[in-house]
Amino acid sequence: MSTKLLLKYDHIPNINRLEVYKQHGGYASAEKAIKTMTSDAIVDEVKKSGLRGRGGAGFPTGMKWSFLAKPPGVARYLVCNADESEPGTFKDRYLMERNPHLLLEGMLCSSFALGANTSYIYIRGEYFYIVPILEKAIEDAKAAGYLGKNILGTDYNLEIYVQVGGGAYICGEETALLESLEGKRGNPRMKPPFPAVAGLWGCPTVVNNVETIASVVSILENGGDEYAKLGVGKSTGTKLISASGHINKPGVYEIELGKVSVEEFINSDEYCGGVWKGRKLKAVVAGGSSVPILPTHLILQTSDGKPRMMSYESLGEGGFATGTMLGSGGFIVMDETVNIAENLYTFNRFYHHESCGQCSPCREGTGWMEKITHSIISGHGKNSDIDLLWDIQSKIDGKTICPLGEAAAWPVASAVRHFRDDFEKLIH
Amino acid sequence: MEVKFNEAALNTANKIISRYPDGKQKSAVLPLLHLAQAEFDGWLSIPVMDYIASILTIQPIEVYEVATFYSMFNMKPVGNCLIEICHTSSCWLRGAEDLIKHIENKLNIKAGETTADGKFSLKRVECLGSCGTAPMFQIGAQYYENLTTEKVDMILDDLDKSGKRRTYFDAVDLNAHK
Repeated sequence: MSTKLLLKYDHIPNINRLEVYKQHGGYASAEKAIKTMTSDAIVDEVKKSGLRGRGGAGFPTGMKWSFLAKPPGVARYLVCNADESEPGTFKDRYLMERNPHLLLEGMLCSSFALGANTSYIYIRGEYFYIVPILEKAIEDAKAAGYLGKNILGTDYNLEIYVQVGGGAYICGEETALLESLEGKRGNPRMKPPFPAVAGLWGCPTVVNNVETIASVVSILENGGDEYAKLGVGKSTGTKLISASGHINKPGVYEIELGKVSVEEFINSDEYCGGVWKGRKLKAVVAGGSSVPILPTHLILQTSDGKPRMMSYESLGEGGFATGTMLGSGGFIVMDETVNIAENLYTFNRFYHHESCGQCSPCREGTGWMEKITHSIISGHGKNSDIDLLWDIQSKIDGKTICPLGEAAAWPVASAVRHFRDDFEKLIH
Repeated sequence: MEVKFNEAALNTANKIISRYPDGKQKSAVLPLLHLAQAEFDGWLSIPVMDYIASILTIQPIEVYEVATFYSMFNMKPVGNCLIEICHTSSCWLRGAEDLIKHIENKLNIKAGETTADGKFSLKRVECLGSCGTAPMFQIGAQYYENLTTEKVDMILDDLDKSGKRRTYFDAVDLNAHK
């Protein structure tokens, strides 16, 4: 059995209720933080833990926190990014639905460390049914003195509010999320300034993913050094993996980073339980739709023959020529019957639909990629279309305000690089 | 007909507005549009959007530009049950297209259309974060997961009988159809 932190109490009935959560040590980290630690000490523990943003970018959380500007008399905000919309990713939903107090405790610890007295959970609108779950947990935590005024008898005050989005993948990008929270279209902002300096309503703001914030609870429970002992290299701690596609046991699994090989993750009964219907593995998208898709021989082994492990570094080994990324941990498995060009069409349609339209390369390029892929899979493609796809993606990559451009380009580049045959099969 | 929230909805609206600092009430526009859509027949007409602008003391254009950006807001009338079916990769891999064809045949409409009796609309949507329980659709707040054609028939037949408008504010059954 692997080490579990975030899903440690997942099997406990009613862990979503405050009293049950408390029976299992809940709010002990928050109590320790607020009553015995300074905010700087908490930031130090998070730095020592090596925790990296779990939304997909993998930026060191402690460093992000340390960038927060603290001008006197100006409010600071923590915003929890619960806009989980990366295709293949459903771990934050799982966590919020089943253990809302873990997120609230993480927000309490994090808000205290950052000096925020108001924090927002920005949740994608489609997850509307989770709003009452979070709001009930907030109400109960408030009644028990963990939120509101003079928390646990100290002079620290914190209010947490839930804000619903309206259906827009782009709002998972932190500056688009802030625009949306301000009641505007989700158009990403030019950076700098970064949100740590000018974020929500122009105030210093930290935006962290649900899983990142929840991880702070275990970091404070045993200390950053203990957390950093889990995992391998710069992939410390544990990560939630959302497993879907052609496997026997789709679901959310917690792994210790770097300790489980991709092969074990796919085939072990503890995780995916093998490819379904006794079929062979063809390809894996390991970290959500945006990361490069890899064929079996490259996802199971690095190009120099080492087993590929579930960690930021191992999945990234070989760069985009032979590697991919851990991303959000959205692990989509495809069996031998899938034509990768056909699957790519669903991604291209997705990114075209979700482009905010601000930058021409993304707005126009995603549309062209969708149309060309559609023409190929409908039997109207030409061989030159494959090179055209390559050309278009290369003209989006790196040329847009926000990373949606790259997110749309990489699936195309990797599909053409590794599965050109699949496109050619559809061209008559 | 005058567009106006009833007392309960107005209280909810005021509670939402109180979550933001003074002068930042514009932040309430998305939550209020959701509320308005649920209160006023499942879609956002110009008078409804103008009403939200008046509550928030912002220009109508500030509401229109937001409403048209986000895919959950309906800019024209929809049936009482809006079936939002996911067609992105993980759902596609597990048979979403067959399911969409099945629903189109059953309801005798194409995706993007509403049945003649106004009971159902079918809409293709992008990933709803239900990839591990694919294929799936959402009707109001309820997620219906691990769908098969048999399950779809059962669900739609039940909804056909009830005929009630479904909204994102509905209470849900967390274990239904998982």
